[in-house]
Amino acid sequence: MADRLFAATRKGLFTIDRSAAGWRVTRSAFLGDPVSIVMDAGGGWMYASLGLGHFGVKLHRSTDGGETWEECGTPAYPPKPEGLDDRDGNGRPVEWRTEMIWALAPAGPDQPDALWCGTLPGGLFRSEDAGSTWELNRPLWDNPDRKKWFGGGAEIPGLHSICVDPRDSRRVLVGVSCGGAWLTEDGGASWACRAQGMRAEYMPPERQFDPVIQDPHIVVQCRDEPEKLWAQHHNGIFRTTDGAGSWQEIKDVPPSVFGFAVAVHPQDGDTAWFVPAVKDERRIPVDGKVVVTRTRDGGKSFDVLREGLPQEHAYDLTFRHALDIDGSGDRLAFGSTTGSLWVTEDQGDHWQCVSSNLPPVYCVRFARS
Amino acid sequence: MPHVVFTPALQRHVTCPPADVEGSTVREALERVFRENPRARGYVLDEQGALRKHMAVFIDGETVQDRIGLSDGVGADSQIYVMQALSGG
Repeated sequence: MADRLFAATRKGLFTIDRSAAGWRVTRSAFLGDPVSIVMDAGGGWMYASLGLGHFGVKLHRSTDGGETWEECGTPAYPPKPEGLDDRDGNGRPVEWRTEMIWALAPAGPDQPDALWCGTLPGGLFRSEDAGSTWELNRPLWDNPDRKKWFGGGAEIPGLHSICVDPRDSRRVLVGVSCGGAWLTEDGGASWACRAQGMRAEYMPPERQFDPVIQDPHIVVQCRDEPEKLWAQHHNGIFRTTDGAGSWQEIKDVPPSVFGFAVAVHPQDGDTAWFVPAVKDERRIPVDGKVVVTRTRDGGKSFDVLREGLPQEHAYDLTFRHALDIDGSGDRLAFGSTTGSLWVTEDQGDHWQCVSSNLPPVYCVRFARS
Repeated sequence: MPHVVFTPALQRHVTCPPADVEGSTVREALERVFRENPRARGYVLDEQGALRKHMAVFIDGETVQDRIGLSDGVGADSQIYVMQALSGG
């Protein structure tokens, strides 16, 4: 069980440790700077992406578990060919420039120095040298369907989810807002869209099931049952049990199917947690009550968990990377836009508040042992 | 030689002391600085070589006009200031 977690926020990176006195913030880094993603690669190797408003996106790494940090290479797009008319699905010109790092993942235990990185405006990058240098994955970037992608919450497309198959690291599924889900089975040499079954209410009827414009807010994969994945989508909750061959919509989930985050139990692909909000046009908790929903039967039924969570005039929204589960499957943590952070040690039956005064939380991750 | 000064806010991330460098355009002058201090480049310019959206460069008190090509001319005694634009918050 993980006794440490990290919260990447609008104004710094915080370490939270469990002690006899409970979970407490014990350390900070990058104070004052926006940290979009924190990723613990194990063995003391960590990565934190900074979005410095004036000075651009930077990536830092640590080899001592977050005690000290050094700047490493930042994923950078190659020169945009002169005269190229590259437009997104909204007809807007695509700038070949890293606007944000939105996903970081180890490339697999068989290639310990390799990493994947997802960005806005939608490019996927790979590093073979622990983040010193990066290269844009051209097969996905050059796929003609990429020009159909468009921005969701951000104005430009963004690649936010990277699921490396624990059985075979050449199989990688990525999620894009709004560009669906894409699978490679050959380490990134070729990609196929795997968002069949997802539904987009924000499109005209004839394009609602178009897989390449779907908006999965986040996609997560069960560690021990990798064929089972979950997506918290802009229009609800979707699930696949065949490795993203097809997705099924889970409807009528109280109090709402809208949200950004989902976590799946590492051993049981039928068990997953969500942090719902009213709906896309009103992004606040239903009735001002913060709840977590949990299914243990693949979405047939849900528990609404609220013990220890604020139940009046609470307007916390949880972003897509701000919910995590530890390797045991018992401990979960989530942070909010209003700087709250909660932890449970019993799969969500009871929650404890770690802080209500953090900066807006972008990403919560348990430490890897 | 043109004199280049970087905003104090940048010094927290990467040390950029003032420099006197050769150059007849702001691009040439900045590239001379970045040749000696390559890490500073990515803080001022994006990967396409354009001035970052929320950065501003002044030549003798006037805003640079060509934010992409940085072709604005500089004189032998020009003062080049690399600043944060207020748009960046």
